[in-house]
Formats: sequence, structure tokens, C-alpha cells
Amino acid sequence: MMPELGKYAVEVVSAYGVSLLLLAALVGLTLYRGKYARAALRTAEREVKTDS
Amino acid sequence: MSIWSYANPVKFLALSARVQPALWGAAALCVSVGLIWGFFGTPDDARQGSTVKIIYLHVPAALMAINAWFMMLVASLIWLIRRHHVSALAAKAAAPVGAIMTLIALFTGAVWGQPMWGTWWAWDPRLTSFLILFLFYLGYIALWEAVEDPDTAADLTSVLCLVGSVFAVLSRYAVNFWSQGLHQGTSVPVATGGRTVADVFFYPLVVSMLGFGLLFIALVFYRTGTEISLRRAAALRARADRGL
Repeated sequence: MMPELGKYAVEVVSAYGVSLLLLAALVGLTLYRGKYARAALRTAEREVKTDS
Repeated sequence: MSIWSYANPVKFLALSARVQPALWGAAALCVSVGLIWGFFGTPDDARQGSTVKIIYLHVPAALMAINAWFMMLVASLIWLIRRHHVSALAAKAAAPVGAIMTLIALFTGAVWGQPMWGTWWAWDPRLTSFLILFLFYLGYIALWEAVEDPDTAADLTSVLCLVGSVFAVLSRYAVNFWSQGLHQGTSVPVATGGRTVADVFFYPLVVSMLGFGLLFIALVFYRTGTEISLRRAAALRARADRGL
């Protein structure tokens, strides 16, 4: 299934590996921070309602 | 309905929630198809061998690195002229995405350049302006974090964005201004036509470019929602602290 990459296999595989890792980290951190922010907003809204 | 109505955070979040599932789905599909097609389904190039497969990462990432800065420029101008908070937050949300795209373009360019040019790096006009663009991204992100007052941070980062736009333009057109560089001109000139990439490489490249573009839009929508939530939570906490 793996294509024959010849003498440039290291270059091609490392380009794909590092790029996909960076994209995955970007998406993962984005979703993690989004969850944190939305939870913080819900908590703040609950506190304001309780106070009033 | 005017486009300016989406400057209202509530309306923006409603729009964002409506379009995001389709955006994420289309982005995942196009990125997967483009990269799998490019990696597994295309032949080696006669001169570049298998390194031609790096094009499906390098070109879309470079394209988005520059276009992300232009999107930030437009959002910054809207902030400076019309003072819409959502536009300032959208620019802030786009910066880390643009920085990662620039990093991918620089890394894949170096890995591609070593076997083809015989060097990882050269102080070529396009490469150098791209490195400076990356440093501008880092400076822009750092400036947002360094300034406590959000409106002042938005003002200062907008000015920085205007200055950095010079390098975003240079990174795209440097090869036209100076011809002594190692980096070739665009192989897919949209405006003038006359592409030099064969169909077998071109079609997966288009799918990959579309995927990276959709991924950028999906990420910016989601991250802008995150910034709005954080801003609103901080405002509510400040109001509670003041006892209002």
C-alpha cells in the first residue's frame, strides 16, 4: 500500500509526519481551549444569576 | 440583512453554529482526499522524484499563511474604522492558525529544498520574507497577550498587522520583484492562467488547497467563538466583582 518513495523517503515522510502533527496539535488545542472558554462562560453566567 | 449585523456577537455566534458542522465536515473531507490522493495516487516527477508529493502540503500551507494575514488585515481595518469587537477577535483568532500554516510552509520548504537545491535554507527574497512573516505572527500573538486592556491590545495589534502586511505582500510577489532567488514563481497563476503543473499533480493539489482553506475558515469561526466566550466571561466576572 505504501508508495515507493525511493531515496527521498525520509524527506517526504518527515514532511507529512511533522505537518500532520502540527495540524493535529492546532485542532486539538483549539477544541480544548474552546471547551474551557465555554465552561468558564457558563460558570460566570450561573454565578451572576445566583447573585441576582 | 447587512453584513454589519454580524458584528453583533450573538448574531455572529448563531451564524457560526449554523455553518460550522458543514465547514468542519467539508474541510476534513477535502484535506483527507487531497493528501491521500497526492501521497498514494500520484506518480513521481521526472526530475524531482517522490519529493513532488510535498507540494500537497507546502503550497496549500503557504497559500493560507499569506491569506490568513490578509484576512487579519481586513479584520484589523474594520476594527480601526468601525470599532466592531468581533472583527478584532476574529483577527486574534486567526493569528495562531496563520502562524502554524507559515511554520508548515517553512518546514516543508526546507525539507523539499535540501534534495532539490542542495540546501535547507537560502536568504532568498521569498524565503526571507516568509521567515519575517512568521516572526510577525509571533510578535502579533505576543502583543495580544502582553497588553491587559483588550481595546488597547486590539489597536496596537491592528497597527502591527498593517506593518506586517508589507511582508505578506512581499512573500507572495518577491519572486516577481527580484529574480535572483532560488524559489521559482507560482506554478498555478490564477490571474494570468498558463499553469506549469500537469493535471495528474494539479487536481489533488486543488482539493488540498480547498481543504486547507476550509480548515482555516472552520478554525477561525470556532476560535472567534472561543474569544467571544472568554471576553463575555471576563465581563460578567468584573461586573460581579463590582457588585452590580
